[in-house]
Amino acid sequence: MADSNEIVDAIARMTLFADLANPQLEAVAHRFEERFFPAGERILRQGLRGSGFFVILEGRASVVVDGDQRAELGRGDFFGEVSILLGETPVADVIAIEPLRCLVLGAPDVEAFLLGHPPVMYRMLQAQARRLRNANRWRS
Amino acid sequence: MTASADRPFPPGEYPLVLIGSGPGALQLSYALGRLQIPHAVVSADPAPGGMFRRWPFFQRLLSWTKPYAPAPSGSRLYERYDWNSLLAEEPEHAALMPRFMDGSSYFPSRPEMERNLAAFAAGAGIAVRYDCRWTGTRLEEDGDGRRFVLETTDGEYRCGTAVFAVGVAEPFVPPSPGLDLGAHYADTRAAETYAGRRVFIAGKQNSGFELATGLLPWARQITLASPSPARLSVNTRSLVGVRARYVQPFEDHALGGGVSVLDAAIERVERAADGTFRVSLRRTDGGPDVALEADDVIAATGFTAPLLDLPALGVATVGSSRIPAQTPWWESASLPGVFFAGTLTQGAPGLKKHGMPSNSGAVHGARYNARVLAGHLARTRFGRPAGAATIAGRELGDRLVHEASTSPELWHQKAYLAWVATKEPDGGFADRGLAPLADALDADGPDAVILTLEADGSGAIYPVVYLRRAAGVEERVLDPDSFLAFTGPGHRAAFEAVARSVARPRASRSANRVDGIGYSAEP
Repeated sequence: MADSNEIVDAIARMTLFADLANPQLEAVAHRFEERFFPAGERILRQGLRGSGFFVILEGRASVVVDGDQRAELGRGDFFGEVSILLGETPVADVIAIEPLRCLVLGAPDVEAFLLGHPPVMYRMLQAQARRLRNANRWRS
Repeated sequence: MTASADRPFPPGEYPLVLIGSGPGALQLSYALGRLQIPHAVVSADPAPGGMFRRWPFFQRLLSWTKPYAPAPSGSRLYERYDWNSLLAEEPEHAALMPRFMDGSSYFPSRPEMERNLAAFAAGAGIAVRYDCRWTGTRLEEDGDGRRFVLETTDGEYRCGTAVFAVGVAEPFVPPSPGLDLGAHYADTRAAETYAGRRVFIAGKQNSGFELATGLLPWARQITLASPSPARLSVNTRSLVGVRARYVQPFEDHALGGGVSVLDAAIERVERAADGTFRVSLRRTDGGPDVALEADDVIAATGFTAPLLDLPALGVATVGSSRIPAQTPWWESASLPGVFFAGTLTQGAPGLKKHGMPSNSGAVHGARYNARVLAGHLARTRFGRPAGAATIAGRELGDRLVHEASTSPELWHQKAYLAWVATKEPDGGFADRGLAPLADALDADGPDAVILTLEADGSGAIYPVVYLRRAAGVEERVLDPDSFLAFTGPGHRAAFEAVARSVARPRASRSANRVDGIGYSAEP
């Protein structure tokens, strides 16, 4: 991955960005930063302030709470938004299981990005609703 | 081929080979030399200076050096105010930059910076084999293990450790149709040749606004465009965004002086028979699409790292600049044994807390990375154990105050480099010196106290102490100080409280929280 066209192609296939037209996808590719994490590297740290919003381009990561793996994330999944939206520290570590490429947006820019891209916010809300539904199913 | 004073390091086998002769390479070679790590330095250039032998285009740096500062020249604290000198332990080689400045600006001119770097290289005795271009790379396996073979115009160099400080200097033009019909920033002509012309600049980062600023007295019309909105450093309160020196085109744009700043993707650039350009833009801010005429098109779209065949060898890169992805210790994240120095160390981005980047892309960040990297290479590649001074438990609070108040490393590399002390069985602490914060937080080992200075974009700068224990990491955020001194009674008490609490066991990682002894920007 490298140039913005490749990133645009990659995110155009993701549910989160499915409603954006091509110029908006280019703006996303321009605004987000690409990061690469080798296997085993910690991406999000439980309890530490100031993290970011991550969208996985390729690779897999595990969600770990107090040392217990709770979930696995892959291409198109995103994380980090909950702590940013709530203004709290992350409640989980996210660790690369294999080499991982992500797009990252720093926490201070997330609110403006979502307000500027309501379709992305709606898709994010849908994803959160699914997570909540699944959590409720698991509890019941 | 034999060595001579002006042609050192003939091709052959060396424990470590360093490619480059810009500030990053000079600083790393100096630091390796201080640690007596044998190494060869080769460079394609004929003299030291790297990119500063040519750029910035308008010949004035973005990084300042204050000849008159609140701290004595040559002191550690002075380094806060001098972003351009390389680091030396000998006073005669330290804080060189102000000696070459003519007083017309606290941003040195490019020639002043070049002289500063040349004086450092000469004075500190940095030996470089100049006019020796790295042309390719191979991996060899033999009974002694894996070696890199660096092919150069002078012959082959073999080494177990290769460090690349080759900058980000290869012009990059994104694949927008027709954009390559124009010039790149690197090929910008003399400003007066744009007199009365309509100039379209692709890119709204510092290089784009540098050109726009320089062309304000000459161009008839200037349009800058890129897909995402430009940000200003005075708004982000960091080095993110266009620096204050280049905001004049914004004011011109706002006041209708002939500059237009657009959020738009480039649909295509076409050239007419008369040599003029037609630029078609698709707005990304919801506005109507635009087509405009221009006499000149300049792609201020950045540079890429000239990594040659390293990606084919397995070096992963990120972004359009193709910066090598790195571990926190500046080693390729995908090809062990390959390290980076200088501006390329921005490929180890660290935590980027609150979206704030390190200063690794600039001299005043990379110079500290180089020193820390030299120590890391000495320990891990050359088997030189690091000594660690002992700190009595009762002295830890004072030491935290001292480091937070004077360390230029923590100051310039906020939330990136950290001072680390590990707890000893006798209740004292071992001074482990500086380390990348990302590594210090995640490393195994004894309990540790990890100190950084940090910023969150609000304008505040404040100390943060991380307490690393087997059960997890606890983050303690202290108050900022209006005068950036952390030596007052409040800070002393807070640091002492942190020091006292190090001995306290904690139940689990889930108990981590901001302690509440000081500042927290989050509700």
